[in-house]
Amino acid sequence: MTEASDLSMFVSHGAAGTAHMTLAVEGVGCAGCIRKIEGGLKQLPGIVDARLNFTTRRLAVDWHEDELDAAAVIEAVERIGYRAHPFEPERAETDEAQQARWLMKCLAVAGFAAMNVMLLSVSVWSGSDMTPLTRDFFHWLSALIALPAAGYAGQPFFQSALRAIRARHLNMDVPISLGVILALGMSVVETAAHAEHAYFDSAVMLLFFLLCGRYLDHAMRRKTRAAAANLAALKAEFAHRLEDSGEVVRLPAAAVKPGDRLLVRPGDRIPADGAVISGTSEIDESLVTGETEHRKITAGALVYAGSLNFSGALTVRVTAAEGGTLIDDVERLLQKAIEAKSRTVRLADRAARLYAPFVHATAALTVIGWLLAGASLHDAVVTAIAVLIITCPCALALAIPAVQVVASSRLFRSGVILNAGDAIERLAQVDTVIFDKTGTLTLPEPRLEGASPVAPEMLERAARLALSSHHPLAAALAHEARERVPYANAVEEPGRGVRVHIEGSEARLGSREFCGVAARDPHRIGSQDGLSMIAFAHAGREAIFAFRQRIRPDAEAVVAGLRAHGLDVRVLSGDRASAVAPVAAALGLQDWIAELKPAGKIAVIERLKAQGRRILMVGDGLNDAPALAAAHVSMSPISAADITRAQADAVFLGERLLPVLEAVESARAARRLMTQNLWLAVIYNTIAVPIAIAGYVTPLIAALAMSGSSSLVTLNALRASRRPDGAGS
Amino acid sequence: MNVLVYLVPVALGLGLAGLAAFLWSLRSGQYDDLEGAALRILPDDDLEG
Repeated sequence: MTEASDLSMFVSHGAAGTAHMTLAVEGVGCAGCIRKIEGGLKQLPGIVDARLNFTTRRLAVDWHEDELDAAAVIEAVERIGYRAHPFEPERAETDEAQQARWLMKCLAVAGFAAMNVMLLSVSVWSGSDMTPLTRDFFHWLSALIALPAAGYAGQPFFQSALRAIRARHLNMDVPISLGVILALGMSVVETAAHAEHAYFDSAVMLLFFLLCGRYLDHAMRRKTRAAAANLAALKAEFAHRLEDSGEVVRLPAAAVKPGDRLLVRPGDRIPADGAVISGTSEIDESLVTGETEHRKITAGALVYAGSLNFSGALTVRVTAAEGGTLIDDVERLLQKAIEAKSRTVRLADRAARLYAPFVHATAALTVIGWLLAGASLHDAVVTAIAVLIITCPCALALAIPAVQVVASSRLFRSGVILNAGDAIERLAQVDTVIFDKTGTLTLPEPRLEGASPVAPEMLERAARLALSSHHPLAAALAHEARERVPYANAVEEPGRGVRVHIEGSEARLGSREFCGVAARDPHRIGSQDGLSMIAFAHAGREAIFAFRQRIRPDAEAVVAGLRAHGLDVRVLSGDRASAVAPVAAALGLQDWIAELKPAGKIAVIERLKAQGRRILMVGDGLNDAPALAAAHVSMSPISAADITRAQADAVFLGERLLPVLEAVESARAARRLMTQNLWLAVIYNTIAVPIAIAGYVTPLIAALAMSGSSSLVTLNALRASRRPDGAGS
Repeated sequence: MNVLVYLVPVALGLGLAGLAAFLWSLRSGQYDDLEGAALRILPDDDLEG
């Protein structure tokens, strides 16, 4: 079947009739893939350029518009053997790429300056026979390099410090900026006075170390964001719009507007909220409400984005959210929950708030102390500035980001993508875990539960035939196929089933009526509740396959693991009690509540919060979105509804629930390391500050102390990459 | 010590040249795909041709 595609929202137009599009490509894994995709595309007439970025798994294509269109480009990639998904780079992502580039430039300038100033400084330190004239020359040269370099490379810190001061708080950048500016200012004054010591090297080296930390932190966040955006592109749904001419146009769901008429075929997800104009079907709303029982719908019924259409084709008119619908309810609750959310004070800011006043008071006391002891004003001020330089929170500023970078890249490898910068800190504080049932504790798709007694070759034939069907249950059955090649000539009759001729007789897979299979005693395949069935008939033999939402394979172990860490585990579900009870029983959970509306979930969470609990909410349904926002920290599986996934602080991949346990364990380990690092910084200061107050700090000691303490906290942070003890099995 | 008067600027000039080269390579996008760059040298396109 050919149908027109409208991909205009992804295509940007260049000069001379060329068009540009970015695609997220699945399945790229080796050097050969780059050549196959780029080479294959470039052979196509009309392609101007194709370049695959292996790091981000994105393909940038330029082509002449009069020779090709976007759909043909995607088709060409698919012919080469890869699945490509059009991709609209988010504005936030381009902004961040620019920010990263700027940080890298600052880092390069600071690195250049640090190396050259250090070259001059080492000569001054080791040249005991150096004449004062040469020393002054070297100091002035250092100033010439350090001042412009610090003025450029220090901007990230100065700007952030200014913002903080304007908003009347203190962050770590305030003492950093102060330390750098004072060190440079004092050094210029001292150099002009032909003094022996100048701190240009300390100031620039400090900037270099801090920029390293900041760049790594930024790069890690950018990497996870890019991965999340790719996954969103991979998951992006397409809609089929019915034009007035009767033509069907395939377009991205994001381009659908209210008033459009959409055609929803069996096996498709409903791409937007709307009202059914014609058609009857059963839909699975488990992603919306958590309800596993299918709902029968006819013309006039309201349907929600994310529902899965099971049996018949539907025509849906897209409507904007109106008062009283579920979506409206969810959005109102979500808004309230986000507004009520108190921002947690991050560990680094807490440390800065304690640290900055302490340091500045110490410096002031140093001036007063030395003046009282009879020193000259100049000596007293120089000593005080040395105190500020040596306490400049280099180690402190690296202590937390370094751990964060290492821990989030470890989580990334185990399939957890962090959306929020402070998710690790908040995860570490959790004492209660609340799971949604449908799609979170259970797998998002139904799995084959049992079959009436059936011969293995019957199962294999049915499973292979299922490969040709779009029906969601058929997709579950197709998992069982050993030979993953669909039968040639298989015909799908939408809403009824598939048929094909095998060895001279017709085989049918689909509804019981379609296959001519009589209803049977349901007890032969176990409990009827929550089961969906399809039938198979071939050459006079018949079989019935039953499907059920299965619990994730490692859910029991993960729940036990969470409890072993002293966490209280509960289940809040929108599904019927009869569906929740067996799941809770299988996992050994006593605390569960069923048939909760979104507002009900929030009420439970608020009650627990009032008791001082810190809650991790794990959910996937649209109905969970407000609860996710209300909880202290939240996670959702990648299969979650779009709004919900956007709310979650972390998203996890795969069929297993283990990432939830690993996230909590890694976060706790990371939090321990952060505290350790903060203590290391404190110990460093308790040793260095008395030396500085006593007036014994030379630029050499300052340089050694700073690089030593920074390396120590960074090395300690690397321990966050180890698997936490006893994680998983 | 007079030698320093021209040796130091020469050293600085070389350092600046390195910095300029790095900034140029950054601007021309050479660090946008580090993993890909490592793999692109592997296929022997030139030998088959």
